[in-house]
Amino acid sequence: MRVRVLIRPKEGILDPVGQTVEGALPALGFEGVRNVHVGRLIELDVEDASEVPAMCERLLANPLIEDYEVVEA
Amino acid sequence: MKFGVVRFPGSCDEVDALLACRRFGEAELLWHKDRDLDGVDAVVVPGGFSYGDYLRAGAIARFSPLMEAVIEFARQGGPVLGICNGFQVLCEAGLLPGALLPNHSLRFVCRQVHVVVENPDTPFTRACERDEALSVPVKHTTGRYYAPGVPEEQVVLRYAPGHNPNGAQDDIAGVCNAAGNVLGLMPHPEHAVDPLTGSADGGRLFESLAMPEAAGSAGRAGFRIAPVA
Repeated sequence: MRVRVLIRPKEGILDPVGQTVEGALPALGFEGVRNVHVGRLIELDVEDASEVPAMCERLLANPLIEDYEVVEA
Repeated sequence: MKFGVVRFPGSCDEVDALLACRRFGEAELLWHKDRDLDGVDAVVVPGGFSYGDYLRAGAIARFSPLMEAVIEFARQGGPVLGICNGFQVLCEAGLLPGALLPNHSLRFVCRQVHVVVENPDTPFTRACERDEALSVPVKHTTGRYYAPGVPEEQVVLRYAPGHNPNGAQDDIAGVCNAAGNVLGLMPHPEHAVDPLTGSADGGRLFESLAMPEAAGSAGRAGFRIAPVA
C-alpha cells in the first residue's frame, strides 16, 4: 500500500524557510499570501499502514518540533 | 581517565576530539558498528554529518549499534559529551531535552564566540568557575536550540550577550540532562585546546572530565566578562 507522510514544522515554532518563501512571493507579483510553511513529503510502500504512525514517532518525524499526517495514496 | 570518541560514517571532528582528550588522559576511537565501549570512562560524540544527516541531523545515527551502548552507559551515569552533531544525536536519542532547528539566518555560521559557564557543578565544567567566559568556535547550520520548559539548572553554557550565532532559545549554548552526566553543546571545545589556534579555553571541558570528582574551581584563571546590568 502506498502511503504519504506529510511533515510540517509545529505551529508556533519559528519557520525561517517559510518566512523566506512568503517574503519572495510578493516580489513576483503574488500578493495576499500568508502563513507559508515548508515541510517534507515522505512516500513509502508498506504492507501494514497501521505501523506508519509508529514509524513517524520513532524516526520519520521529531514530534517535539514537527507535526505529521499520514495519507493513504 | 580513558575517553572513547565515537566515529560514525560522516563524522569529521573525531580526530580533533581524540587529540583534545589525549591532552588530559588516554583516548581511543569507537566504531559505530561496535556494541562495546571497551571499558572507557567517558564518551565523546563528536561533530560532523553522521550518516549524511539525512532526514534530520542525528536522526539515523541515534539507532547505530554503538549508540545503543552509549545510551545504556549514560543511563548508568557514565559521562557523555556531545559536540555539535553529537549534541543533535543525543537530543534525537532522548538523552537530552529539546531539538536543534535550522539557524535563524538559514546560513552556515563559522566564527569564534564567547560562552559563559552558567553551571560549574557538572562533570564537564568543574574546572571552570561560574560566569567564566570561554572563547570557542561554532560552525553549523542546524544549531538553533529549542526546548520549551527546560529547567534553568540544566543550562550549563550560554552564549555571551551578542554572541548567539543561531537564534537559540534563551541564548542556550550547552545543556545537560537532569542527572547532569550528559552534556550537549553546539560550540566546539575540541577546536580550542591550543593557543596556536587562538584559544585553549575549550580544553577546560576535557580537563574537567579528567579531574578527580572532589576537585573543583581549581583550574587556571579564565578571563571574565562584565555582568550585564
